[in-house]
Amino acid sequence: MQTTMIPEQIKQADPYLAAFERFASNGAEEPQWIGQLRKSGMARFSEIGFPTLRDEDWRFTNVAPIARLPFRPLLQPVRGDLPDPTGFNFAKIESSRLVFVNGHFAPELSRVLPLPKGAQITGMANALANDGALAQKHLGRHVRLEQNAFAALNTAFFTDGALVFIPAGVEVPQPVHLLYITTATETGATAHPRNLIVAERDSRVTILESYVSTVHGAYFTNAVTEFVIGEHATVEHCKFQDESPAAYHIAALQMSLGKNCDFISHSIATGAKLSRNNINTVLGGEHIECVLNGLYLTKDDQLADHHMIVEHAKPHCNSHEYYNGILDDRSRGVFHGRILVRPIAQKTDAKQTNKNLLLADTATANAKPQLEIYADDVKCTHGATVGQLNKDSIFYLRARGIDAETARRMLIHAFAGEIIDRIRCEPAREELDRVFWDRLEENPHVADVK
Amino acid sequence: MLEIKNLCAGVEGREILKGVDLTITAGEVHAVMGPNGSGKSTLAAILAGREGYEVTQGQVLYNGVDLLEMDPEERAREGLFLAFQYPVEIPGVNSTYFLKAALNAIRKHRGEPELDALEFLSLVKEKMKLLELREDFLKRPVNAGFSGGEKKRNEIFQMAVLEPKLAILDETDSGLDIDALRVVAEGVNRLKRPDNAQLVITHYQRLLNYIIPDFVHVLFDGRIVRSGGKELALELEEKGYDWIAKHEAVTA
Repeated sequence: MQTTMIPEQIKQADPYLAAFERFASNGAEEPQWIGQLRKSGMARFSEIGFPTLRDEDWRFTNVAPIARLPFRPLLQPVRGDLPDPTGFNFAKIESSRLVFVNGHFAPELSRVLPLPKGAQITGMANALANDGALAQKHLGRHVRLEQNAFAALNTAFFTDGALVFIPAGVEVPQPVHLLYITTATETGATAHPRNLIVAERDSRVTILESYVSTVHGAYFTNAVTEFVIGEHATVEHCKFQDESPAAYHIAALQMSLGKNCDFISHSIATGAKLSRNNINTVLGGEHIECVLNGLYLTKDDQLADHHMIVEHAKPHCNSHEYYNGILDDRSRGVFHGRILVRPIAQKTDAKQTNKNLLLADTATANAKPQLEIYADDVKCTHGATVGQLNKDSIFYLRARGIDAETARRMLIHAFAGEIIDRIRCEPAREELDRVFWDRLEENPHVADVK
Repeated sequence: MLEIKNLCAGVEGREILKGVDLTITAGEVHAVMGPNGSGKSTLAAILAGREGYEVTQGQVLYNGVDLLEMDPEERAREGLFLAFQYPVEIPGVNSTYFLKAALNAIRKHRGEPELDALEFLSLVKEKMKLLELREDFLKRPVNAGFSGGEKKRNEIFQMAVLEPKLAILDETDSGLDIDALRVVAEGVNRLKRPDNAQLVITHYQRLLNYIIPDFVHVLFDGRIVRSGGKELALELEEKGYDWIAKHEAVTA
């Protein structure tokens, strides 16, 4: 079997290898360790190739359209006119903002507020060119490439991204906003943002990430973000994926969590023709509070996929996953939530819910909860629903004088609202609340849902 | 105000109410007591208009109009209120937004001007004191994550805001400790007026120590088998529902 598989994969990797060789020959000024890291990424990608529907972790999401794209990595920064970032969501929130255009840091559009001593918020390319010690310590050390061809490809081709470092005991009062704008119109134009967020013990920070575009194009965003969260740190992460409806978006989020930390991550997905978030969290200390919260709103033939692994590697941790999807037309929502409880992780409390609301009969939701529990004194629950509005809720509202249509509308908004309510960063929460309110009100099917 | 005549109803072909007769006049408080499975909650659900019940015989007139023909929201706008036995949690719907929408739907129906945000807020603040509710209560989603006691207080708070003509309290005492019970009962008592009425449905007599009924009815196996004054509740408490069961068995 193996021998028949290899030629096919080498063939698939060929244009990528050729591009990599050209890219690597230009990377002379890079520190050697980065060259090594890139090579390991390329080797891994060549070895495993793009996943297919036969891969258990990808059985609902066919990435063949991405594999068929011409591979055009966006290796150079944009020359000439830069886009105006001020009209995008989150752009008016008072924050330290790093703007990336086609994956490259655009200092002209960015602004970092005065930071407490020792904190760094900067572009990755800058950081690597100046003092790469911090990046060297963490970059590529957390994300797992074995089963993730896309993260491997990112590792081979990344050019820039954000580096956020919050030293021990430091609180950054304003959110840090990472704004990724794509302006490339060529089919297959690919940005590989590579982010590293390090929050040391007792630190506190909020990270907003948003992915948008100025064009309607079949471009591809292939991002990797590694979070390294120290003891007793409090970190909120809110990602808003609002790419062009013709685009492809794949992201790996790897969280390495230290003991007693409080981590909450929101994934809000409305854009892209095909999007997938691989969210891996490792609860590597005791008494961690980890919340993964998400909302996807799709229409036409969009597909939004969230695949997560929550690994309880130490005792006494709580993890909660709350994911809601609102699916219209022929679109699809995929949720795969794996909870892995190691034998040592006694007193684990892990909860997972995935609720899907179908606005059209032709929409599809695939939910796959997966509990793997090797400890015996744990509480793990999961629940997935697909379908329509709760009849008891409708009756409750009508019994207070609210007409049936208004009641249904309220509950559809609530479906989004209950997720958005968990966002602690008030300006981000209020903004997303408005975005979802408007988008749902614009939807002609919202009035017909029973 | 309310006339229930020979009401027979059930779910999926199973008959639960087997000829209920009950008349309530403005200014009165009625209690319907009965053991589990006697049909108490079915009666409340049918009066409020919950789907899934089949009325096979009889009639319910509300201020002279056929209540069973009305949609649940029409009933609410005409002044009928059900305090739910199990208030529904609606995460994502803000309590203020919900209650303002409900109050304004009712006010519009009555031909009264709708309240703006400020007018609404000053109205509800008064009513919140009545139920000893915390300030942040209105910012929270409807019933989401509330304790049993908070949910029941929220029901009576909504009743205070919406000012119904006929309030039906379905097992409002269940799940309440004695302090919460007192707060809820005091709330209900203060809402009593000569032009409205209350129908209190309960399994136990203890709620009736605080909400004193003018009439007590015993519902047993889908029929009201005995009616009397408030002393009937005490007699029931003392002798238990077995006393009714035995008596029914003898007369049957």
